[in-house]
Amino acid sequence: MSKQDDKVKSLARRRFLTDTAQAACATGLLGLGLTYVAEKSKAHDALALRPPGALPEEEFLASCLRCGLCVRDCPWDTLKLATPEDLIASGTPYFTAREIPCELCEDIPCVLACPSGALDPALTDINDSRMGLAALVDRTNCLSLQGLRCEVCYRICPLIDEAITLKRTRNERTGVHTAFEPVINPDVCTGCGKCEEACVLEEAAIKIFPRDLALGQLGEHYRLGWEEAAKAGKSFTPDILDLPDRLPEGVTL
Amino acid sequence: MSTLKSNAPKNKRTERNPGKEATETLGWWAAHRFLILRRLSQLTVLTLFLITPLISVKLIEGNLSSSRILGTVPMTDPLLALQTLTALHALELTAVVGALIVAGLYWLVGGRAFCSWVCPVNPITDLAAYLRRKLEIRNSHRLPRNARYWVLGLVLVLPLVTGVLVWELVNPVAMVYRGLLFGMGSGWMLIVAIFLFDLLVSQKGWCGHICPLGAFYGLIGKVSPLTVSAVQREKCDDCMDCYAICPEPQILPAALKPAKGDGPLLNTQDCTRCGRCIDVCSQQVFSFQINKPDSTDSQCRTQAGQQTITDQVSETP
Repeated sequence: MSKQDDKVKSLARRRFLTDTAQAACATGLLGLGLTYVAEKSKAHDALALRPPGALPEEEFLASCLRCGLCVRDCPWDTLKLATPEDLIASGTPYFTAREIPCELCEDIPCVLACPSGALDPALTDINDSRMGLAALVDRTNCLSLQGLRCEVCYRICPLIDEAITLKRTRNERTGVHTAFEPVINPDVCTGCGKCEEACVLEEAAIKIFPRDLALGQLGEHYRLGWEEAAKAGKSFTPDILDLPDRLPEGVTL
Repeated sequence: MSTLKSNAPKNKRTERNPGKEATETLGWWAAHRFLILRRLSQLTVLTLFLITPLISVKLIEGNLSSSRILGTVPMTDPLLALQTLTALHALELTAVVGALIVAGLYWLVGGRAFCSWVCPVNPITDLAAYLRRKLEIRNSHRLPRNARYWVLGLVLVLPLVTGVLVWELVNPVAMVYRGLLFGMGSGWMLIVAIFLFDLLVSQKGWCGHICPLGAFYGLIGKVSPLTVSAVQREKCDDCMDCYAICPEPQILPAALKPAKGDGPLLNTQDCTRCGRCIDVCSQQVFSFQINKPDSTDSQCRTQAGQQTITDQVSETP
């Protein structure tokens, strides 16, 4: 009798172990698949911009609830929620500058709507938002750089003369005219996308990119001499370096 | 067993058309009321979401992941809130309050009541189950009923590993609503996939075995005051209609048969409170019941305990 009990017990134990192993394997496989999907979702379409106040992409993907309240409260229908085939995490809000740019509402309704903090409530001045950064990517086709009077991006910029300035350069083609080159100031540009929308070319010569794509970064060890000097109040090197004089033999100064 | 065999032709008929007898004896409305009420509830919630952008009153905005009622009261999917927690993001108070409200609400109305009264996937898998009965599709890959808890665990662990709310990339429950309210894109493919999975691969496969949201609401509903109970179980005539219709039929024997030593309450964790068993039972065995949350468990236990005692007594001589 007890032998039979043992047999039943051992069968039950065996069954429990195989069932658990099976479930664990299936879960592991599913987990692998989902991890693949998750890693893919971190890839970010270069022309899909996050709403104002969005946390850095990594944190954004951990916090956005994909509820669409920012989309609903955007008065300009700028924001959209990504569908599964979009090249940005499914369900998250984004906008395409060339289609509908951000109008930089002063009360920032999208941030106020966000229940999770994925759009950071610490953003209270819309001019502090950094949705992306404008870059004059096509210097060949830009009309202004060809010496033509366009400058539409400059005129439409909500922060004209701050985010975009015009730099006068010599028109090499005619040799007598001036070209007005739009120059973007990354410290001021909000990435609203008005310039990209307004660019008169068939395909915009000025485009907004997520800031991590558009900006280079100085090596962390790198120090700019003039900034360090300004901070210290004095230069770290003698103003005039007196290099040793090396003269041909027999010559004296 | 012998009774089952002798009733075989009748069972075959009722399996294809459960609730027929109830319709004949109790009338059409009585045999379909909870089905109709559930469809109305599902439609009402969706309609409120759909019409709000079109009218000036902000009834309910957002979607099932997170929403806002009348421009003020927040609602947040509590499982989603937990995922942000394991993704190590500190939620704003609005979403935290929203999650507590939703968790409290579904605790009150019975956990998986979400599944049968609100979830947009329910009509899809119900349709698959209906077609399975009508077309007599019998083959089914049996998944373990506890698979959903493995998936639930996975859904909560993956944000910690990847830093991404992974489940939300593929969650069909959220995707249906998001699709209907904000643009479907290719999201319909997932919906079709779930329908076909339930129809051809595994009976009640998605809602009854895999969905981690259902599993989560099941855990909330475990201690819920609103339950379905086989109060008049002694009247049961073994017609099997409830087995054919119940999305979680494995919970029925314990409640229906006193011999199993359990109380008449249907398993509060798995039961979706859909009320279809109440509809299709011509003997009116089942009914909704409101219990004091603390007495629910103890009541079960005492009844079970008494049962075992009487069993022992009858066995001793």
